[in-house]
Amino acid sequence: MKKHRFLTLSAFICGLLFGLGLLMAGMANPAKVLGFLDIAGLWDPSLALVMVGGIVVAFIAFSLSKKMPHSLLQTKFNWPDATAITKPLLIGSTLFGLGWGLVGLCPGPALVLAGSGAIEGLLFVVFMLIGFRLADLVQARLS
Amino acid sequence: MDWMNFTPQQSLLGGLFIGLATALLWLLNGRIAGISGIAAGSLTSSGAERWWRLAFVLGLVLSSWVWLLLAPLPEVQVTSNYQLLALAGLLVGFGARLGSGCTSGHGICGLSRLSGRSLVATVTFMTVAMVTVFVVRHLL
Repeated sequence: MKKHRFLTLSAFICGLLFGLGLLMAGMANPAKVLGFLDIAGLWDPSLALVMVGGIVVAFIAFSLSKKMPHSLLQTKFNWPDATAITKPLLIGSTLFGLGWGLVGLCPGPALVLAGSGAIEGLLFVVFMLIGFRLADLVQARLS
Repeated sequence: MDWMNFTPQQSLLGGLFIGLATALLWLLNGRIAGISGIAAGSLTSSGAERWWRLAFVLGLVLSSWVWLLLAPLPEVQVTSNYQLLALAGLLVGFGARLGSGCTSGHGICGLSRLSGRSLVATVTFMTVAMVTVFVVRHLL
């Protein structure tokens, strides 16, 4: 039982750090995200550096974990096992890109904005949650 | 290039924070920091599986308040109207779930695990997002 408390606490701290990172990076500002996606206009390359920073640190963690029998809190490493390039992957990523490009919000920044009390963030998150549910229903129909 | 709005230090530092959060969730909990998967799972899973996901989402939701303890919030500019926000929210939620991940799960975690599947997903959504912005800003 005690282990679950530590897992919950560490997940909370990770969520907090993730959100602070998004705010610092400028990812929580849709105008900045759109400026990054607008390569034909006045391009702001800042957000490429977010990916570089994130990937370098995460790469080290994933590499380290290959030599560990289990996680530091004694759980197994939940390696994603899917490798196939499927239709749902391609269609889903296309629709996701369309939505992201329309307003400049993806799930993490949307939750941060909604948490700050911004009505735009709240509205987006409500419809995002409906989208999750619809996709689950479609997936259930397909399988 | 938009040198006026270019923020290399802040964006790199923010990226390192995102990487740190991803690294800690993996090394401590053995979980992938994919926001869409975690947020969707926080509503559909049960028991301990649900708690860590809810806690992670709560951390994200409260982050701007923790930020406010230290500094004023950075600028947020939303130019889209409510109809467009609702439509985009629906597309982002549906697409991320159907495609098994978003910018965090595929873009950060997947690429740093050298997953070919995540590379395909990331290239797809980045390209579509850039084309969308191009059409909206330069063609319509």
